[in-house]
Amino acid sequence: MEIDPFIFRLSIFILSIFIGYYVVWSVTPSLHTPLMSVTNAISSVIIVGAIIAALAGSSDSVFGISSIFGFLAILLAAVNIFGGFLVTQRMLQMYKKKKDKKK
Amino acid sequence: MISANLSAIFYLISGILFILALRGLSSPDTSRQGNYFGIVGMIIAIIVTFLSVGNFATSLVYVVIFLLIGGAIGAFIAFKIPMTAMTELVAGFHSLVGLAAVFVAIAAFLNPEAFNLGVVGEIKLASLIEMSIGAAVGAITFSGSIIAFLKLRGIMSGSPITFGGQHFLNLILGIGIFVLIYYLCITQSANIFWTVIMISFFVGVLLIIPIGGADMPVVISMLNSYSGWAAAGIGFTLENTALIITGALVGSSGAILSYIMCKAMNRSFVSVILGGFGADSSSDNTKEKKDQKPVKSGNAEDAAFLMKNASSVIIVPGYGMAVAQAQHALREMVDKLKKNDIKVSYAIHPVAGRMPGHMNVLLAEANVPYDEVFELEDINNDFANSDVAFVIGANDVTNPVAKTDPKSPIFGMPVLDVEKCKSVLFVKRSLSPGYAGIDNELFYKDNTLMLFADAKKMTEDIVKNLD
Repeated sequence: MEIDPFIFRLSIFILSIFIGYYVVWSVTPSLHTPLMSVTNAISSVIIVGAIIAALAGSSDSVFGISSIFGFLAILLAAVNIFGGFLVTQRMLQMYKKKKDKKK
Repeated sequence: MISANLSAIFYLISGILFILALRGLSSPDTSRQGNYFGIVGMIIAIIVTFLSVGNFATSLVYVVIFLLIGGAIGAFIAFKIPMTAMTELVAGFHSLVGLAAVFVAIAAFLNPEAFNLGVVGEIKLASLIEMSIGAAVGAITFSGSIIAFLKLRGIMSGSPITFGGQHFLNLILGIGIFVLIYYLCITQSANIFWTVIMISFFVGVLLIIPIGGADMPVVISMLNSYSGWAAAGIGFTLENTALIITGALVGSSGAILSYIMCKAMNRSFVSVILGGFGADSSSDNTKEKKDQKPVKSGNAEDAAFLMKNASSVIIVPGYGMAVAQAQHALREMVDKLKKNDIKVSYAIHPVAGRMPGHMNVLLAEANVPYDEVFELEDINNDFANSDVAFVIGANDVTNPVAKTDPKSPIFGMPVLDVEKCKSVLFVKRSLSPGYAGIDNELFYKDNTLMLFADAKKMTEDIVKNLD
């Protein structure tokens, strides 16, 4: 009997939870805020679904009811992607060691 | 147009890059590189999506336009936002992820052909379940984050809003969502789909309003986790590996942060969710005590004198420092102390502030090197060998009652052993209890000097007196 592809995706999902578990425990507590902003940014990879939905319209009807939701989702996800990565970068830029800043 | 297999491999690569992005955060040295991995992963995912759809008709132009508008808004916010507003920003971003998940689920429901999920009215059963769960969790994330945002921003009061039968109502609504999803699967009715989303929006609001200000670190992490699970739900619907991996990573990341925050407050996750903590129920009680016990209070001059004659000082920042934006003044004070060869370090309690790592970011903003900043377990033994503890804007996290009084609501919570220092300086606006609503014994100890003032103003005055 063939295995349902869903089972493969479920396997990926569960293994990823374990990876997440170990990776996040190794994050230093002082970087917990950047951790949240970067997870914010990467979860906006949901934009791939938005793009598919938005591109589904044909040439004569770009803004069908479903593609409008796609476009709106692109807008929201894009705010998050750019905002999330850039603000993370800005925060990480501030974390300096003693030696770097000694006058 | 590239084949489905090839694009799946690229999605896997971007998933791996996201793992590396989180991995980089294990140390500040590797963190910036990690962030670049994340950006590359995102770019790969977006480009591959364009290629795999391969529809380069008029729509594409609009997709790019929307992408750039959103990107410009995001970039603008990222550069303009003051570091002190980071908590609100994170909450706001969570709400966007949630809403985006809802929109994608709606788009998939209305036009399943585009996603290979069947046709309208005959959407594949598994996909229907996945997309409605994704939409429901997304909607809860959205409205919950909005409430969290309003509370953090101060537009809404930070005190818990509770009413009778609240938890029962939540339970009913929660069960209702599952029942509706079951009927949705049978009938494929659009109306039921909309109802599920509406109820979920409502549940999100109900979940967050009873939770008080001091529990915000848990709320933020919890919403972080939800946004991940919503993304994963959509990932299953779209059969997209990058989304599934990311959703799982973000979901477990948020869950771990919630766990760490709960543990740092010695409270169970359930009790935080049920909320109501931090209500002013015990305020009469504390007023009485206040009248009975004497308090030593001092001014900036006394504080400067004490610190000048110390050989080591430990600074304990808390939410009050964030509110007063005193981190820069604090840094100035520390610089002066260091010039006098006084050893200075910072002690951070895990729940100091309103989100995980809040104090660390603010101190980093004020150019405090991160190797002078220590976590609770790394520094707690040093208090006994230090001369002065300078508590600025923290309260409950220093309360020794957590170690001594089993009846106290914060009993068992790990606290900073500030009282072991030779002397304690406590910058606070008044004697009012902290968010836990309990009196801090530390105020009345012989070796404690209370400095009643705004944190920033007091610190600036001390700086003047250190000359």
